Parts: sequence; C-alpha cells; structure tokens
Amino acid sequence: MAASLVLVLVVAVTVRAVLFRSSLVEFISERVEVVSPLNSWKRVVEGLALLDLGVSPYSGNLFHETPLTLYLFHFLIDYAEFVFMAMDVITAVALYIVADDFNKVVFRKQRIAFEFQKYAPDVITLVRTPKEMYHIPLKVALFYLLNPFTVLTCVAKSTCAINNAVIAIFILATVKGSAFLSAVFLALAAYQSLYPVALFAPALLYLAQKHYVLVNLHSTTFLLHLLKYAVMFLGCLMVIICLSFFLLNSWSFIPSTYGFILSVPDLTPNIGLFWYFFAEMFEHFRLFFVCVFQINVFFYTLPLSVKLRDHPMFFMFVQLAIIAIFKSYPTVGDVALYMAFLPMWNHLYRFLRNIFVVTCMLISSSVLFPVLWHLWIYAGSANSNFYYAITLAFNVGQILLVSDYFYAYIRREYHLIEGLNLKSKDGKEAHVVLK
Amino acid sequence: MGLLSDPNRRQVLTNLLTRMNTPLCFMCYIAGVSWFMGLAFEPFILRMYTSENAMGSTMVDENFVYGDRALSYAREFSAHGKKAGEMPVEWLVKTMSGLGLETHTQTFSRTLPFPDEIRERYMVKGTNVYGILRASRAASTESIVLSTPVGIRQNSQAAGLLLALASYFRGQIHWAKDIIFLFNDHDMIGMEAWLEAYHDVNVTDINSSVMEGRAGSIQAAITIEISSDVVTSFDISVEGLNGQLPNLDLVNLFTSFCQKNGVLCTIQGKLPRLDGETLEGYIHSLHTMLLMVLKQGSGKSQGDHGLFLRYHIEAVTIRGINSFRQYKFDMVTVGKVFEGMVRKLNNLLEKLHQSYFFYLLPSLSRFVSIGYYMPAFGFLILILLLRALDLWIRLSKVPISTQDCANENVRPSFLSIMTPIFICHVMGLALYYVPLLCQGRATDHFPVSDTEAVVLTSIAIYVAGLALPHNTQSGLPTELAAHGWMTLKLISVLYLALLLGCITLINFSLGFILAVTLIPAAALAEPAPHSASLCCLPLHRTLKALFLILMSPITILLMCIYLYHELAEYPITLLECWQLLLQAVAESILDHHLYSSIVYPFVVFFIYPCWLLLWNVVFWN
Repeated sequence: MAASLVLVLVVAVTVRAVLFRSSLVEFISERVEVVSPLNSWKRVVEGLALLDLGVSPYSGNLFHETPLTLYLFHFLIDYAEFVFMAMDVITAVALYIVADDFNKVVFRKQRIAFEFQKYAPDVITLVRTPKEMYHIPLKVALFYLLNPFTVLTCVAKSTCAINNAVIAIFILATVKGSAFLSAVFLALAAYQSLYPVALFAPALLYLAQKHYVLVNLHSTTFLLHLLKYAVMFLGCLMVIICLSFFLLNSWSFIPSTYGFILSVPDLTPNIGLFWYFFAEMFEHFRLFFVCVFQINVFFYTLPLSVKLRDHPMFFMFVQLAIIAIFKSYPTVGDVALYMAFLPMWNHLYRFLRNIFVVTCMLISSSVLFPVLWHLWIYAGSANSNFYYAITLAFNVGQILLVSDYFYAYIRREYHLIEGLNLKSKDGKEAHVVLK
Repeated sequence: MGLLSDPNRRQVLTNLLTRMNTPLCFMCYIAGVSWFMGLAFEPFILRMYTSENAMGSTMVDENFVYGDRALSYAREFSAHGKKAGEMPVEWLVKTMSGLGLETHTQTFSRTLPFPDEIRERYMVKGTNVYGILRASRAASTESIVLSTPVGIRQNSQAAGLLLALASYFRGQIHWAKDIIFLFNDHDMIGMEAWLEAYHDVNVTDINSSVMEGRAGSIQAAITIEISSDVVTSFDISVEGLNGQLPNLDLVNLFTSFCQKNGVLCTIQGKLPRLDGETLEGYIHSLHTMLLMVLKQGSGKSQGDHGLFLRYHIEAVTIRGINSFRQYKFDMVTVGKVFEGMVRKLNNLLEKLHQSYFFYLLPSLSRFVSIGYYMPAFGFLILILLLRALDLWIRLSKVPISTQDCANENVRPSFLSIMTPIFICHVMGLALYYVPLLCQGRATDHFPVSDTEAVVLTSIAIYVAGLALPHNTQSGLPTELAAHGWMTLKLISVLYLALLLGCITLINFSLGFILAVTLIPAAALAEPAPHSASLCCLPLHRTLKALFLILMSPITILLMCIYLYHELAEYPITLLECWQLLLQAVAESILDHHLYSSIVYPFVVFFIYPCWLLLWNVVFWN
C-alpha cells in the first residue's frame, strides 16, 4: 500500500511539474473558476511587493490573504512551486492516514454492534468487509491528487491548496484524537478562510466519540469537553490573530480579509452563487441578503449535528461540501477537497439514486465553464446570464450529490437496524420513501 | 422528492425509458430535424428589426457625388498596380496623403506551414496601407474601419471607391469617430497582421512592423469588394472565423440603406422573394438557410471581416455583384449606400450590442434567433441522453450473484475501457502532428507536392485509425464482452453529447451538422449480437460498419461539399467533389495555422477519437 501511495505521489508531482513548465500556466492561473480574489497568486505577489516597499499590503483593495500566508511566502517566494506541490502531497498523505484510521474505527464499531446484536439478521450484504475497505485510503489519495480540480488549483498556485492542507491536517489530528492539535489546526483553518469554523461541530463530536464521552447536553462531562475544546480553539485563534497583529503592527488585515469574505464586495464571476445575485440586486437590500447568504453556510450545522450525532466523519464531509457550495468566493479547489472523501462512502453506492445524472451534470458544467466564459468575455456574443446558468447547474449538481449521499447514508443506517427486506404490516414487501 | 425516492414510480420511469427507448429516440430525431426544417418557414420566425436606438431614429441624407472620381482613382490604381506588379504602395500613400489623411504603412511577412496551392503562396510578404481621417468633433478614441483587400487584378473599383469616399468625407463636418481606410495586402493574412499589430498582440506567429498610427477602439468595420464599374446588386456575407457572427443590427443597417437607395441586396447570392408562405418561397429560404449553415459550419471566414469579430469588432463584407440583370447602379449610388452606413455608425454611442449575436438568416427580412433554433439541437442531443440512460439502466441491472465476480474484475474492466480511449486519442494526436512533421519526407519519396503530401498523409492516418480495433480488442479479457462494450458505448455517447453541446454554443451550424450525422451513428453503434447465426454475423457487422463509415467526419465533409454545390446551383461530379475535399482539408489546416481557427483541431482531437470509440464498439468481440 505504501508503495502504491508513493507511486501515486510521484505521478501527481510529475503531472504538476510538467504543467508548471508548460504554456498552460498563464491560462490556468487566469481562470476565474480556479482562482478567486481571495487566493489568487498574482495578488499574493502584489502583496509581497507592497510589503517589501514598506507599504501596508492591505492599504489598497487588492490583497486579501492573511498576514501569516504573506510572511510564509516572504521566505518561500522562490520555492513557490515546490510549496504548492508539497501542500498537495501533505493533504493527500493526511487524507490517506485519515481514511486508514477511520476504516479501523468503522470496523471496530461494526464488530461491537454485531457482538451486541444491534443489527438486523439479514444485513450481511450491507456489512463492510476488510477486503473492500483495503483500497479506500489509496483511492482517497488518488481522488485528491489526480482530480483535475486539484491539479488546476496547484498549477494556478491558488492559496486554496494551503487551506486544504491545513484542513486535512486538522482532520488528521481529530481522527488521531489529539484535541489540542485539532484545535490548533482548526484555528489556523478558520484564520485562513473563516468558513472552517463550521467544522467545529463535527470535530467536537468526533473527539467526544474518540474519548468515549456521551453526547448529551445535560451531562457535565460533555459540557466540560465542549468547553475545553472551545477554549482551546478560541485561545489558538486569539494567539494567531495577535501574532498577525504584531507582524504588521496594525489591525487593517481584519476588514480586508474577513470583512472581504463576509461583505462580498468583489463581484468577479466565479463558480459560486453570490456574484450574479449581488450584481443584480438593489443596493439597499444588500446587507439583508448578505446576511441571508452567509447564514446559509452555518444554517445546516445544527440540524446536521443532531441528525449525524453518531457519524461525525460523515458530518465532516457534508459540512465541507456545504462550505464549498455556499461560501462567498468558492473555487474548484474547495470542491476537490470534499470530493476526495467520496471513496470513503463507496459502500453507499447501492442506495445512491441520482449518481449518474449528477455526475453528468458536474462534468458537463465544468467543461462548459470555459466555453461560456469565452463566449461572454472574448467573443462578446453571449452574456453573463449564460455563464450564471452553468454556475447554477454546477451548484445544483453539487447539492444533489451531497443530498444523495446524505439520503443513502441515513437509509443504510436504517436498513442496518431494521433489516434489508422490509415487510409492511400486511406482510407484503415494503419500500422506504422519502417524503 | 417523492418521484425521486419512491421505488415504484422510479421503476415505472425506468421501464418506460428502456422499453420505449428506440421509438423515443426515433421521434426525437424526427422532431429535431423537422424543427430545424421548419425554421426556414417565414410565418414561424421573427421579422428583422433594428434594436439600436442610435441607428434607428436618426435620419441621414447622403450626398455622395464623387462617382466619376471613384472610377478614375480605380483606373489609376490598377495602372499603377500593373506597373509595380504588386500593390501600388507608394501611389496609395501619395494619394491618401494628398487627400489629407494621416497615412501609414505596415509591412508583414509570414511563412505558411505548407504552400497554399489555391492562392499560390508560400512565403508571404506584403504591405498594408491605411489612412486615418481624424474626426473633427472628438478626440481619437473611437473609429470605424472601411477596408478592401487589394491585389493586382481584383477590387480596384473598391479601392477607387474608398479613395473617393475618403476625399468626400474629408470635406464633411459630421465625424465624431475617426475613419480608417485600410488597403490590406494578401487578403486575410494582411488583415490578420494589421489587426494583431493594431491591438498589439501576437497570436499567430506573424512578423509585422510596429503600428505607427492608431485611432482608438474600433467600433465597426465594413469590408468592400467591388470588381466592376457598375453593380446590379450587393451581396452581404456575415459568417466569420469559427462561425462567429456580427451583431444583427449591422445587417439591418445594410438592408435599410439598400432599400433606401433602391439597390437590390442578396444573401448567399439568393434574391429576396415575397412569397415566403408558399412552397417555392419556403424551399428558397430553406436553401438560403442551409447555405448559411454550411458556410458557418465550415468555420472559415467568408471574407476579410471574419477576423475583426475576434476582437469584439462588428464587421461585415459587402460584395458588389455585376450580373446580367438590366438595371445597373453606378458608383454614385454605391457610394451613397456606404456613406449612409458610415454616417449611422458614426452616430453610435456605444458598441453594437442590443441586437442578436446568434442567428440564422433564411432571408434578409427574417431571422431565426438562438431561442428558436436551439430546441432543434436539444431534441437531437436528447437521443444521446436517452441512449446513455438506457445503457446505464441495463448496466446497473447486472444480477447480484454475478456482482461479486464483477467486483474482482473492476480493475481489468476499467483498464480495458481506458485502453481504447487512450489509443483513440493518440490517433487524434498523430493525425494532428504527423502530417506536418513528415511533409518533407513524403515529398522525397513520392511524386506529390507539399500540399498533397500533407493532405494525403492525413487521410492515410485517418484510415489507419479504422484498422485499430483489431489491435485493441486482442489484449482485452473476453469474459467482460457485453459489460465492456456497453460501458465503452456509454462513455463515448456521453463524450459525444458533451462535445456537441460545447461546439454548438460556439458554432451552432457545425454542432448541428455533426449532430444530425453523428448522433444516429452513435445511437445505432453496437456489436453484432451473440445469438446471431454465424452466416448472418459478418453481414450484420458489415452493415453497421458501413453505416458508421457513412457517418464518419470525412464523409460528412464530403457530403457537405456536395450539398453546398447542389444548393449553390453549381452541381459537381464525384471526382470534382473529391478534389474539393482535398482542398478543403488543406484549407482547414491552413486556416488553423494562419488564423487559429478551431474547427480542424476540434475535429481531429475530439470528434475523430470519439468516432473511433464508436467504431471500437461495433467491433467489440
């Protein structure tokens, strides 16, 4: 397995190295689907130039990365390509270990469930076997590294790759049960792009499960656990933000990073839902709708944490997907991160209903993005509505994908308990219907 | 959500899809084609109207009187041209400076990848001459281009007209935009060089001198081609590079001024008719529309204007025709038409954007917009989706007992699908690169010219691709046969749908031509059933293969060339058709290298491999 992982890594690095040397770099790094105003490499370089000139990089309306990233590249600017390739490798390896570890957890849980006879007798086809689980970690790494979205993100040197690496390490720390490291990296991820704050809930649940803390809001152990994790997270966040303040000696980075993310002033088209909507809207409704759109990202966290209380890893996946869909400046790099988790839910395949349609939708809309962009911007014959239509199709595809997986997951759990061949009251074969 | 999750209803839906698949596909095809045919029927479609405010409401009166001057300039031009043996650059510069224009020249050179035998050129060197009439009323931030491609024999009247217009416009006070009078050498190559230098980009490896004078952003361009002293009618061509079209308002502008001056105007060389509702009228407009579809689908620019479109500049080519009609128009009327058009363009407040960019023209009085023609394509693409769904349902219906052993075969089956896909795309790459690389070697060993070498090598590689299935299938495990071909067909059908969808958005005509021909081929492609008796198996397979060859990209090209000449009322024999096919291949390769047209690489990199995949499906064991 390790040998295959190394092989995959070598292939992935080679592909990236070749692309870095090709003439496509220019084209890829200009694509609005790959880079957003938040994470475009051009802006990082501009910020570095401003820093070297002794001007605050946040004084203009150009640079929106966090100070720590800026200082990271202050030292590593000459090795940027290596840094980005290394980030992808780190993410892939972290996800590989996560999948490996998670497999063991799943297997142990399953054995315990069998010993206590929690499962219905006829669910043998639903039970996961070590044989089918053996290749999952490798598939996860493969899905991340060779996903065209990840390759494009890396070649465009979008700092989204760094965010992904931080999130992957955070998940790794959570899976390994280290509450402190998990909090540190969650704080880093939240510091980088704000939205990962929503991952607090799944991480908390996972850690509770790992440390055998019963999830119950009335039990003091759980409340203590919650408090401990929250304090660690907030403390780390404070430390990092203060560190940024001391680096720059000003708070100006707060409005131009978090303010920029939250108030969505830059309406450059991207694969998200914000730009068209806010470009079309009457200005005096803006604040209201910004709030509605932003709350949307965090809105699902609470119901999901109730429903998926016992399945924090799946919760993590769904939450990552929701962030990638509803964040204000999404790029394909965000999509690639949650797509890497798909092999972990291979066993849900028989319950997926629309996977064919959704796959077709996602692939065709990702191919149509550049075509319609060309028609709109270069040929001048189409307009923004054409492009937004594809954006909508892409997002609807993503939402269907996530809800399909969610439904399949819930349904499998139901069948595990109730048995595969359901009988209705009159003894006939019954069906499960979602209404 | 009920429909999506209720297994009973889903079952009904999938049963319907699988049982009714063939009739549904057939109906979709009929619906798509008849919808398309219906587009030419005048009562179904919209009448032309001008959307641009600045051009609609304002009046201009044309007083052009320099008709004789135009003809004398033309004579002088051709005399100097004959003396110099090429474009009379010095004379043009002198004359234009004499008229008070700011005159510049621009030299360029370009070596073609292989000799162009139709136009007899290989190493092209030329000079563009252009004069800018600076507007008296505004800073030089916007301009209008009037251009004509000049050679020794052709277009001297257009050059004369341009000079006469320049001298006439010089004395007028209306101008709010600079007017550029451009005489481009070596038609499209010169135009490409001029445009690239004007916008200071270099996309096609052309060497050209630095541009000395500019006149702001170009709002619109009109290319004029006139080769006779009097004209009977004007023909307008709109199709640009890659099938891009100018804004419909520019066409409206042209028709309205033709009508105002009583000049006959045609499109695709077809006269306008008033009996759109009758059968003859319908057939006439159908012919006109089909001609437009064939021209647009070729992706070739039908005049020098086609290159402007890429730079966001609306442009048309207007040709003066001198036929055997009795009533002829002199240069005064001709000049008035252009004067009026330029005056109206001068009134523009912003770039033309109000009207349509996606349209088909069955006549100059009616147009088909994108909303009307897209359903025709939608019906056709639906066939592929229905087929794909059918295959998907059949694939997922593999019984559970065999699923365990299928699980073990997941990897080989994945590989066995990837091999043909990979090989087909390698064939596409070979088809693109090999002919140009081994052009020299081919001419050494065979008695052919450079151009023939390239074209014939391309065709040889193309045909060689057909022999491949026999190589790829031997390496594949045979037990996965049924599963294998269905997966491969599923992939190729979806791939084709994606490709057609993309190209239709860019160039509807090309997409539609490919859809009409390739979709039946894709829908019917499948290997001979195992149950077929031995004697009937080869017959079955041969029939399928023949049908697929009939619908292969190069046969489509052949049929299009034949149809084009039939419609243009210039029938040709099969041998001539073959000659024209070779020319067309050579020209599309040249177009790609000279002007970066996308049709050739698109067909070679994507459509051809996709077609080869279908070929593989037919020959799957």
